[in-house]
Amino acid sequence: MSYDVPQIPGEEEFEVAASDTRQWPMWEVFVRQRRGLSHVHAGSLHAPDAESAMQNARDVYTRRAEGISIWVVPSSAITATDPDDVDAMFDPFDEQPYRHATYYEIPDEVGKM
Amino acid sequence: MTGQERFDAVIDADEKIEPTDWMPDGYRKTLIRQIAQHAHSEVIGMQPEGNWITRAPSLKRKAILMAKVQDEAGHGLYLYSAAETLGTSRDELVDLLHTGRQKYSSIFNYPTLNWADIGAIGWLVDGAAITNQVALTRTSFGPYSRAMVRICKEESFHQRQGYELLLTLCRGSQEQKDMAQDAVNRWWWPSLMMFGPSDNDSPHTAQSMAWKVKRVTNDDLRQQFVDMTVPQCEFLGLRVPDPDLRWNEERGHYDFGAIDWDEFWNVVKGNGPMNRERMAHKNRAWDEGEWVRAAATAHAAKQAARRLEQKSA
Repeated sequence: MSYDVPQIPGEEEFEVAASDTRQWPMWEVFVRQRRGLSHVHAGSLHAPDAESAMQNARDVYTRRAEGISIWVVPSSAITATDPDDVDAMFDPFDEQPYRHATYYEIPDEVGKM
Repeated sequence: MTGQERFDAVIDADEKIEPTDWMPDGYRKTLIRQIAQHAHSEVIGMQPEGNWITRAPSLKRKAILMAKVQDEAGHGLYLYSAAETLGTSRDELVDLLHTGRQKYSSIFNYPTLNWADIGAIGWLVDGAAITNQVALTRTSFGPYSRAMVRICKEESFHQRQGYELLLTLCRGSQEQKDMAQDAVNRWWWPSLMMFGPSDNDSPHTAQSMAWKVKRVTNDDLRQQFVDMTVPQCEFLGLRVPDPDLRWNEERGHYDFGAIDWDEFWNVVKGNGPMNRERMAHKNRAWDEGEWVRAAATAHAAKQAARRLEQKSA
């Protein structure tokens, strides 16, 4: 369900901070929908260890036959690209259209290639 | 390009903002508040329906209701996860709910008095939620949008099971039909209130629309919901409890009566029929569940120690 709770006139404004270290570590959940497909990121959850992360992932992400295989990975184990380096990281490939099949003109007479 | 320029360009292009992107403080704050309160609503929303699990009239209805309540817990989790990508923690958010500093949707501060209420909640309350959430699948923040897509798929089951439940009652005895009418009488107006204050009284709507956090205004969503729901109500053979309701040929929409905004604000401020009980129950469940969390943590530590032992042996 969804709900935008309106602000009461004079409602207290406060900062929400991530100050907490009590909580269980975060796990990323990947689900393989069926044989022949890759595992795809489904979401994340908190759990004290891999075993319970797996059990929770089953209950949270596969209640409607969404998968036949699950991976759980500690979120902290993922190394991601730095958003500030996006240009330097990916732009060079924008200038290399010859890597794409559509770059090459093949006469119609040749047929489907 | 500055962070603000990049942000504006993404919003203009109708693309999504992702958690690691630069975003204005106000955008982050608005989203944390909205997503967290959305999550709290899912979680508190388990209570009015949970109230009927032990008294469902058949095993089939009981299994359906349990599946639905379990979905609500899942929806809460998807949303908390989305809020956490903005730099909050789950414990922090749960604490804000438990101490009453953040709210949940007022709709859950109404009681479920008879079995037909379970049908009315699915059809009307979840129907209103779907109307709102389908619009939110296009929200500009990626994790929120993805959570909405997943939730909308599951919400459709909720709405349909509710309607089918009412349809079954309406095809039954006069007593059952009366029960259905009674539920619709009580849930109709609070469901319309779910869309929030009228656009004229929503000072934050303009900013949220500019950021594309919100894609359709409260009043437009409410009208969409009324237009969709009235014919469904007619099919059930039930009356919409609004003497001013009529089809407006010129507008191509239903006109409907004035909403009692005093009631709405009164419930938002904490004085609805169930506000205190909902919060007390949530806090009690959290406290009584402490041993489960402690046991899970202890079990995980023990297993880890055992693995370490086996490795060194």
